[in-house]
Amino acid sequence: MIPAIEISGLRKHFGSLHALCGVDLTVEQGEFFALLGPNGAGKTTLINILAGLSRATQGRCKVLGHDVVADYRNSRRVLGVVPQELVYDAFFTVREMLRFQSGYFGLRKNDAWIDELLHKLGLTDKADTYTRLLSGGMKRRVLVAQALVHKPPVIVLDEPTAGVDVELRQNLWAFIRGLNREGHTIVLTTHYLEEAETLCSRIAMLKQGRVIALDTTENLLSAHAATQVRLRLTPNRLPDALRPMLASEEGRDFRLSLQHCAELETVMAALREANINVDDLEVSKPDLEAVFLQIMGEAA
Amino acid sequence: MSGLWTLFYKELLRFWKVGLQTVLSPLMTTLLYLLIFSHVLEAHVQVYPGVGYTAFLIPGLVMMAMLQNAFANSSSSLIQSKMGGSIVFILLPPLAYWQFFVAYVAAAVVRGLVVGLGVGLAGLWFAPMPLAHPLWIMAFTLAGCAMLGAAGIITALWAASYDQMAAVQNFVIMPLTFLSGVFYSIHSLPPFWQALSHYNPFFYLIDGFRFGFFGVSDVSPVLGLSIVGACFLALSLATLALLKSGYKLRN
Repeated sequence: MIPAIEISGLRKHFGSLHALCGVDLTVEQGEFFALLGPNGAGKTTLINILAGLSRATQGRCKVLGHDVVADYRNSRRVLGVVPQELVYDAFFTVREMLRFQSGYFGLRKNDAWIDELLHKLGLTDKADTYTRLLSGGMKRRVLVAQALVHKPPVIVLDEPTAGVDVELRQNLWAFIRGLNREGHTIVLTTHYLEEAETLCSRIAMLKQGRVIALDTTENLLSAHAATQVRLRLTPNRLPDALRPMLASEEGRDFRLSLQHCAELETVMAALREANINVDDLEVSKPDLEAVFLQIMGEAA
Repeated sequence: MSGLWTLFYKELLRFWKVGLQTVLSPLMTTLLYLLIFSHVLEAHVQVYPGVGYTAFLIPGLVMMAMLQNAFANSSSSLIQSKMGGSIVFILLPPLAYWQFFVAYVAAAVVRGLVVGLGVGLAGLWFAPMPLAHPLWIMAFTLAGCAMLGAAGIITALWAASYDQMAAVQNFVIMPLTFLSGVFYSIHSLPPFWQALSHYNPFFYLIDGFRFGFFGVSDVSPVLGLSIVGACFLALSLATLALLKSGYKLRN
């Protein structure tokens, strides 16, 4: 099957600044894929090149097999992009904007789909309102609707939930999940790592223009972050046998890092042997934020 | 072709929605020129035999209004969407660079025509206008508006701020239109300025356009249209090349 997105040897230089330093990445059709990284990692540059908003210094990008430069008209037809910036055209209403966007993609009679989009994104009562008069969250919804007017099989969302309230965020993700279930490929960038962890099946992490991690969410979580156990003990001391596991001491609490849950039994046995009582215990599973921080730290 | 048509329609709707500013305001300004100059100079100046000064002035003002508004249409639309970021809405779809060019230039022509027609019709109230060669009128109208529409695109692509944009409008376009023979025949100028006027393409637009009304001109309309056509072609090729390369649009 043709990959949804195929990026090879991608470089982008802005003068002496190297925004992308040879990125290779493939996203398969139907994936829900996250592109993570700190500010300035090159995520938006990569998306801009994919969308034709910027030209690569070197390398190639294809969307469903269409080169974004040589075959730009077909690559743009199959791609929908929600830009990061909250942009709008002050002259027009929501419906006018969606009709124009449909027309640009060659769709003359698209009102049924436009109405459905407006309904699903909670914009029906704002259809005839000027976009400049909408709240930030509403403007964000319009951007999502604009990206979807041509029913693109590949959808890229560049920080779609930045500055958006919890309710809208949940509605938006429910909608995007639905699109993914229908077969749309979703590529997402976000700083809310719990969103990426919940939604995405595969993750790429970028740092200073390089892919420093690329794996399934599950593998990243199991390979890079240990299970953590917080213990409160009486007497307040940790047996020497457990010292190698100690990640941190916070007040009266010892935080141990376990490679595997099964090691918990070793911990309890060591405590029993040393005649130490457990007053309080909390086991926490690794989360993507911990993995992200660890990977970014390792790549420093 | 639907993409091209949509972009053209969007550009029309954009200026029409703010018609007070884009149509009525230039109409008002131009009519004030007409009112004042015709009142002051009608009894003192006769440029062509048998043609009163007010009648002489009207085609010049019509063309001036058309040129300035055609330029303002493409340039202001593009710079606003560039600065506000809404340019992405037309950069993301599969629009070809030439469709972009045609839509913006065509909308600039329509705005020029609307304002020009308004000034022309209002001018009839001041003086009756003959129509010696309507086809020449149309030819110079289309060539002039299209030329300035293309110039507006180039300027908006180049300008990094509203200030730079206004600088071109006020220090290039405005002087070129005012010094092109709107208010006078270049034959009334000293030889140096007369010779210099021949390097101003706007002079040929005004002169040729006036020929369409009175059948009299300072230079041959064929020569005038050839020069204007060459300028339009050069500006169009430059605009197309810039759009194709993504100059200041696609980083």
